[in-house]
Amino acid sequence: MKFKVSAKNIFKIFGTHPEEALRLLREGRSKEEIFAETGHTVGVQDTSFDVGEGQIFVVMGLSGSGKSTLVRMINGLIEPTSGQMLVDGVDVASCSAQELRRIRREKVAMVFQHFALFPHKTVAENAAYGLKIRGMAAAERRERAIAALAQVGLEAYADSYPDELSGGMQQRVGLARGLAAEPEVLLMDEPFSALDPLIRRDMQEELLELQRTMKKTIIFITHDLNEALTLGDKIAIMKDGRFVQIGTAEEIVDTPADDYVAAFTADIDRSRVFTAASVSVAPEALELSSATAQSAIQRMEELGRDALYIVDGENIAGLVTYRDLTASVRDNGGALRDAILSDFPKAGRSTELFELYPLAQSGLPIAVTNRKGRLEGIVPPEAVFAKLAGEQQPAA
Amino acid sequence: MFSPSDLLTIPLNEWVNSFVRDWLVPNFRPFFRSLQWPVTLVLNNLDAFLNAVPMLAFTAVLALVAWRTAGHRVAIFTAIALCFIDMIGLWPETMTTLSMVVTAVFFCTVIGIPLGIIAAGSDRFQMVLRPVLDIMQTIPSFVYLVPIVMLFGVGMVPGIIATIIFALPPIIRLTNLGIRNVRHDLIEAAQTFGSTRWQMLWDLQFPLALRTIMAGLNQTLMLALSMVVIAAMIGAGGLGLVVFTGLGRLDVGNATAGGVGIVLIAIILDRITQALGEQRQVRTTSLFATLKQLFSVSAPPVDRTERAG
Repeated sequence: MKFKVSAKNIFKIFGTHPEEALRLLREGRSKEEIFAETGHTVGVQDTSFDVGEGQIFVVMGLSGSGKSTLVRMINGLIEPTSGQMLVDGVDVASCSAQELRRIRREKVAMVFQHFALFPHKTVAENAAYGLKIRGMAAAERRERAIAALAQVGLEAYADSYPDELSGGMQQRVGLARGLAAEPEVLLMDEPFSALDPLIRRDMQEELLELQRTMKKTIIFITHDLNEALTLGDKIAIMKDGRFVQIGTAEEIVDTPADDYVAAFTADIDRSRVFTAASVSVAPEALELSSATAQSAIQRMEELGRDALYIVDGENIAGLVTYRDLTASVRDNGGALRDAILSDFPKAGRSTELFELYPLAQSGLPIAVTNRKGRLEGIVPPEAVFAKLAGEQQPAA
Repeated sequence: MFSPSDLLTIPLNEWVNSFVRDWLVPNFRPFFRSLQWPVTLVLNNLDAFLNAVPMLAFTAVLALVAWRTAGHRVAIFTAIALCFIDMIGLWPETMTTLSMVVTAVFFCTVIGIPLGIIAAGSDRFQMVLRPVLDIMQTIPSFVYLVPIVMLFGVGMVPGIIATIIFALPPIIRLTNLGIRNVRHDLIEAAQTFGSTRWQMLWDLQFPLALRTIMAGLNQTLMLALSMVVIAAMIGAGGLGLVVFTGLGRLDVGNATAGGVGIVLIAIILDRITQALGEQRQVRTTSLFATLKQLFSVSAPPVDRTERAG
């Protein structure tokens, strides 16, 4: 896989003589010790990451953790003290001023926490700013700015001024300004933190919606773990200038690297983090053509399950339960076909647990199917509750 | 009683005398003289123009500018004040004073805004500049009148040069302040999109600082007006000369008339420039658009001019 943005052992130390502080840091001294000894502030220490094309990489940390510093090193607003920051293979930290300007103009755009809209320009002029800087003619850049505004639903406000818009709308303009320049990488520095919670949720969904069609590489900074879990394909938790853990939402919530991460994940809505895939087990389904009622009962006894799926080639024929099957055999020596329930609970791999919850209430295992409807696994109902409770999943 | 002067006396006055008389004046007089010509050029043209424009036409235009920028009250005041000046027989002197002040402010702007911009971009330059500006603002203007006369001679232009020295600091300080006060995240945003320094200055910093710069311009203008009488001491004409001669002859009437003229001009110019700084500049797309807007004010349709006059 080709990485769009790669950081290699990035250090950033603020102060006049960072070399001494860097040496101490490499000797393993802590941030506090270095500050006490040299008066230098360690912003980011020994951080490496890779972001693939089209990924949303979220850096989550509290204020002062160095996350804003880190993101500003990607477009060269801040120069790292040591290390490489590669954007499409070009080291932003060491390239020439012209090269850096070219990268900023063509590849990397940024959205700011407090919007940073130009108050003396209209919404359309704000959105067209990146294009103007590139030297595009006025008519063309207006057209493209309006198109970008249409993406965020604000084309009607093109000739308003930023201070006439609400916070959420202003940030949409900020997003449109980033998108109008058609960058490959979008840096978002706590873009939704200054917004009301409800609007924040809307904006997150809107961003995901846009991302489905845009497929930009997004590096997103936040101090809100819920936001990170909602948006991130990959999430890094940052503390004291270094990454404590990098992983998917599920990895972070399921296996926090240390107490710090665990403290964050403690009050997370787990049902929105985990998907069916995380709790599914092998289906152990039987083939309709070869199985009999007897063999099904035997199989269930072996596995210790009280229900089993029956497949007919590529399709799912249905579900048999131990109780129905034994009753059927006892009463009329019955065939397997008669005991099959064709009305069974069904979910996709990426269905989130809060949606599985009502399905699990039936007590029947939930079929996890792929896009073609083929059975890929099953979710035993008790596994859903176990996952929500935060227990290690029992080997069902 | 012992005092330090018993041990050592410093002949500062003699040093300065020999520095100015024996070195600066003989060696640099031609250089300083040559500095005069742009000032002379602007002043003469402006003076000729203002004295050639009929009184009523000028009043009409200025009243219109006042109306468009500061509202109808200031416009009415402008019309009445200018008529009053004409009626007390000081119109030509007022035009001369106005051309002097405008020339001085013009050069203050041309020198001051670039210096302010440089100071905003460089802390070191600001550190050097600040004490110089402090000295310019605190030193009594009488002190530099003598060397100015020695280097530039007497007349209108040396008077204007003294005025420039006196009135320059505010516009430099406020340009510096205005540009430094542009929000940091806006600067970052401009950098993020790959602006060059020049694009950032032209498209972002200058328009956003324009309000503050206009406040500086207003102060510079007021300081320039306050130098009118002092400049008359070294040969400048206009209302300042009326007051100065009145002072010499104990002619209270003429001195008062000149003083009233200066005050009226000051009020008009102050209101107009203040209004310029307060409302207009916040929302114009660029410096060019701002200038265009101002320009459209000073080139009004003819019928409006007559109505307003």
